[in-house]
Amino acid sequence: MGALKQVSQAKTNATEERLARLTLPQGAGWATEAREGALARLRAMGLPGRRDEYWRYTRPDTLVQPSAPEAALFHNDEGPLFDTIDRVKLVFVDGVFDPDLSDDPALGGVEIERLSDASQADIHWSKDLYGVLETDGQSHVDRPFAAMNTAFAGDGIVIRATGKAEKPVNLVYLHKSVSSDAILHHVVRVESGAELTMLETGPAAARFNKCMEVDVAAGGTFHHIRAQGRDHERRAVTHIFARLAEKSVFKSFTMTANGVLTRNEAVIDITGDDAVAHIAGAALGDGDFLHDDTVFITHDAVGCESRQVFKKVLRNGAVGVFQGKILVKQGAQKTDGYQISQSLLLDDDSQFLAKPELEIYADDVACSHGSTSGAIDEEGLFYLRSRGIPEGPATDLMVLAFLAEAIEEIDDQEIAADITDRLESWLARRRG
Amino acid sequence: MLEIKNLHVKLEEEDKAILKGVNLTVEAGKVHAIMGPNGSGKSTLSYVMSGRDGYEVTDGTAALGGEDILDMDPEERAAAGLFLAFQYPVEIPGVGNMTFLRTALNAQRKARGEDEMSAADFLKLVRAKAKDLKIDADMLKRPVNVGFSGGEKKRNEILQMAMLEPKMCILDETDSGLDVDAMKLVSDGVNALRDEGRSFLVITHYQRLLDHIKPDVVHIMADGRIVKSGGPDLALEVENNGYADILAEVA
Repeated sequence: MGALKQVSQAKTNATEERLARLTLPQGAGWATEAREGALARLRAMGLPGRRDEYWRYTRPDTLVQPSAPEAALFHNDEGPLFDTIDRVKLVFVDGVFDPDLSDDPALGGVEIERLSDASQADIHWSKDLYGVLETDGQSHVDRPFAAMNTAFAGDGIVIRATGKAEKPVNLVYLHKSVSSDAILHHVVRVESGAELTMLETGPAAARFNKCMEVDVAAGGTFHHIRAQGRDHERRAVTHIFARLAEKSVFKSFTMTANGVLTRNEAVIDITGDDAVAHIAGAALGDGDFLHDDTVFITHDAVGCESRQVFKKVLRNGAVGVFQGKILVKQGAQKTDGYQISQSLLLDDDSQFLAKPELEIYADDVACSHGSTSGAIDEEGLFYLRSRGIPEGPATDLMVLAFLAEAIEEIDDQEIAADITDRLESWLARRRG
Repeated sequence: MLEIKNLHVKLEEEDKAILKGVNLTVEAGKVHAIMGPNGSGKSTLSYVMSGRDGYEVTDGTAALGGEDILDMDPEERAAAGLFLAFQYPVEIPGVGNMTFLRTALNAQRKARGEDEMSAADFLKLVRAKAKDLKIDADMLKRPVNVGFSGGEKKRNEILQMAMLEPKMCILDETDSGLDVDAMKLVSDGVNALRDEGRSFLVITHYQRLLDHIKPDVVHIMADGRIVKSGGPDLALEVENNGYADILAEVA
């Protein structure tokens, strides 16, 4: 870590006002140490303000303010997502684990514990990860909400896959209080050669701060598919910190439809040779909607592949943000890096702000990036209509086609089909 | 089947008149061809019939089976039985050819108050029709027209026509970009669809397409009007002498 930066008085005040509402949870020595350390780091950086470069396109005010802005509950008649997929559900209600609503966490190939239990144990595997990957992820840019999360997370789970998981683990986030302010922190360790699929579904809370640290050992595979819940007024700031060892695979996909403010950060460190990291997102926004994908992938090994595929469909003044960086360190030869961020603007009021970055210190790499924003292809739309498909469904077909590249990042066809169904029904509802 | 009367059309943006009083009647079961020099308004006529944006009808009428189509949306015209085979079929990345065909077919059936076709029936039908046009399974699976050669795109247009079974088919320079073999394949596809309830309007620059798709009536279009009509011989006359003589004659 560099020398302490000077934090402005205004920022310090805002940070302290926020901290006054929070208490450090108690745990074993290591857990308390991790939390206190995170608090000290948070104070040294301060919560973000409007002038911070990393928050240039997304105003952090409502994420920083002491209490959560209210978010009306959203009722819909859809069944739970992934309901036909055999999975272990772990349910959180407004950020608190609910054992009664959850399935039995016994699952072949996987150990699942609640964070509060793990942090009572003097010796626990998660000790080497909790707050550790988050701290590593702060090396280039400050991520104060993640430090705040490590310090104050009220709940969370720790999962260790030791073999091929029998079925996916689904973290279900229910939102039942209009003013809930939830902080969850999960730790995942995929052991050498093990395989785990994690699903995350639901809006979680009026305001949600979630951090997930994922450590994938050599030859391990981690699939992550997330659907962020359709509550219109919810706010979320989330972080994924991943560390990838040799020949490991990490694939993450996020679907976001609705939500007044979402900032999803992913910080991926590829530390072992021949590893693969894919991160993708499909976001649909209509009206009061800001969705920010901020990604930082570091290649620090030979022969690794990373892909970032982010697609956003925006209308009625919705705003999309993408900040994505690929850093290829010296010696990270044969890196194959790909980054695409695109938006489909369905009207003139919506906007897309993108900052794609490449920083390369190795000389034998193939990295490409692109960012586009455009309207629906009128020629294509007319072609579909001329064959009898009405304008509404024809537009939906074009929108789904636009999102397809991101959805194709999901390996499991059943999961991908569920995601596509949700997107279709969201689009159909918007047409009324 | 198709009855166009005194049709005047201008470009919306440029206030430029393109069609200046087109009169044309295509009877049920007949094949009419329209030939004419570049810029005479042939393609505009096909676009205006299909309902493409950017054109303003300033006068005249167009009816399909007695029903006025000019106020209809493109999808309504399609459901009413109109089909335009595009000169430049559009590529639509991300939309599978099969999905597209099935969505279009069922949308039309729905619009006409018919039941949707089941996935199994559809698959059977599309496979049979695709085979006739030498369209393989891979082409059916790929995104609409993406990466298709010129010939494949035109064959794909005819496949759509065969699946949708329209009453009135307009072929806009379907021969452009086709080699001899592909032209034969496409023409065979069109000829297979000829029957007494279906009419065709074939727009082309060249007589050679009309060797394969034999027209009943040939029209010559110039400067936004049909200036001469006749039998198949008229196409030969154009092929041998060009348009200059005909245009001089009617001037």
